Amino acid sequence: MQDLSSYPLELTGPDVPMVRFMNVRKTYGDFVVLDDLNLDVAAGEMVTVIGPSGSGKTTVLRMLMTLETINGGVIYVDGKPLTHMPKNGVLVPADAKYLRKARSSIGMCFQHFNLFPHMTALENCMEGPVQVLGLSKKEARERAEELLSMVGMIEKKDQHPARLSGGQQQRVAIARALAMRPKVMLFDEVTSALDPEVIGEVTNVIKDLVTKHNLTMLMVTHQMGFARDISDRICFFFGGKIEEQNTPEELFTNPQKERTQQFLSAVKAAD
Amino acid sequence: MTYISFLSEYGGRFLDGALVTAEQFVCSLALAVFLAHLAGLLLLSRTMVLKAIAVVYVEFFRGTSLLVQLFWLFYVLPLFGVTLDPFLTGFLAVGLNTGAYGAQLVHGAIKSVPRGQWEAAYALSMSSSKRMLRIIIPQAFVIMLPAWGNLVIELLKSTALVALIAVPDLMFEAKQMNSSTYLSTWTFGTALIIYYVFARFLITPTMRSLERIMARRMGRA
Repeated sequence: MQDLSSYPLELTGPDVPMVRFMNVRKTYGDFVVLDDLNLDVAAGEMVTVIGPSGSGKTTVLRMLMTLETINGGVIYVDGKPLTHMPKNGVLVPADAKYLRKARSSIGMCFQHFNLFPHMTALENCMEGPVQVLGLSKKEARERAEELLSMVGMIEKKDQHPARLSGGQQQRVAIARALAMRPKVMLFDEVTSALDPEVIGEVTNVIKDLVTKHNLTMLMVTHQMGFARDISDRICFFFGGKIEEQNTPEELFTNPQKERTQQFLSAVKAAD
Repeated sequence: MTYISFLSEYGGRFLDGALVTAEQFVCSLALAVFLAHLAGLLLLSRTMVLKAIAVVYVEFFRGTSLLVQLFWLFYVLPLFGVTLDPFLTGFLAVGLNTGAYGAQLVHGAIKSVPRGQWEAAYALSMSSSKRMLRIIIPQAFVIMLPAWGNLVIELLKSTALVALIAVPDLMFEAKQMNSSTYLSTWTFGTALIIYYVFARFLITPTMRSLERIMARRMGRA
């Protein structure tokens, strides 16, 4: 049991980040996936996580979605603890009820879309608002239609996922996550399962989100050009640690660490 | 005696028997479906006691003979002061037995819904009961439907055993007619045909159309 008495119950002050990983540690048995991770993401910031496979980058997003429990440290979202809850003046691991409320400010899109196959595109986008947020069907439908229009999928709203292409499914999945009005959006390799010719339709939707909405976003991607275009900051992960982080311009043109240089030149060679 | 005159004389009894068989079938199916889902979900439970109850139920009713279970309920329970009506005993035994097989189908189907579906529902902050009811079970239902088709036909055929505790079903009537007429070929032959028609022209088409409806709801048809 880790000693959590040194962690604040709430982050206060003028510069409270939207997301803070504080000494976060993740292990699977003896295998250390992430070791003592400290990472802040400011409100409205777009941070992209890159790195070789097995570097723990997807785990960062999954921990933030609370799909993975952490073995040490605390994650805060919007100043409040996410993975832990205050009890008698100290933090204790969050229970299911607290987690359900805490994670409602986070939305996630997955590599394999994971749309609900027994629901139409519209129903997929209405499910969370109706079942979790308690919106009326009418309100949820309006919200869903607005978002489906935004991602260019309104014409296909009554189609089931089986009838949609990968790119179309991913756009619906983005609308579904946005329908919950999250403060933080997570994109986990959302273009990796797509055919090359449809990657653009998904990246354009994300670009739109970045330019027109003040959402905090964390993204894992292998599309280096895309990451460079839209990110405020790039974090290069290696061996469960942030090896180097910087603005896209600096990191791609002038990487400081040897591992970053090796990774970037390997990626460039593969392109 | 021709077969026609045999039918005109005994047709009514075949119908009476078939009706009781149909009633046994419907009651035991309802019980089996309910128990299968209950036990199938309990098998997934993290609470050891609940899981243990489901494991014992499935192991016991799948691992022992239906006929012995039937006789046990009918002849042994009264020794403990519980006497059940034959009709009730009949569908209880068949329902309990088939439910144990069904529990494995429900359990397996739920486990085979892709992990990503759980995660997507979780990411929408759905509670565990909503995830199960609204996202997982509808998909599991589609997965297990073809296997249920076989199980439901098995269940129909199992109901013939209730004749042995004097429930006046199709098999019971056929036996009675046989012992008074000795026309074994016609009595049992007719019973066979009725069972076959029941399975082939009622159950199978119903299950097929259910599968089609579900496929349409999944956007696959």
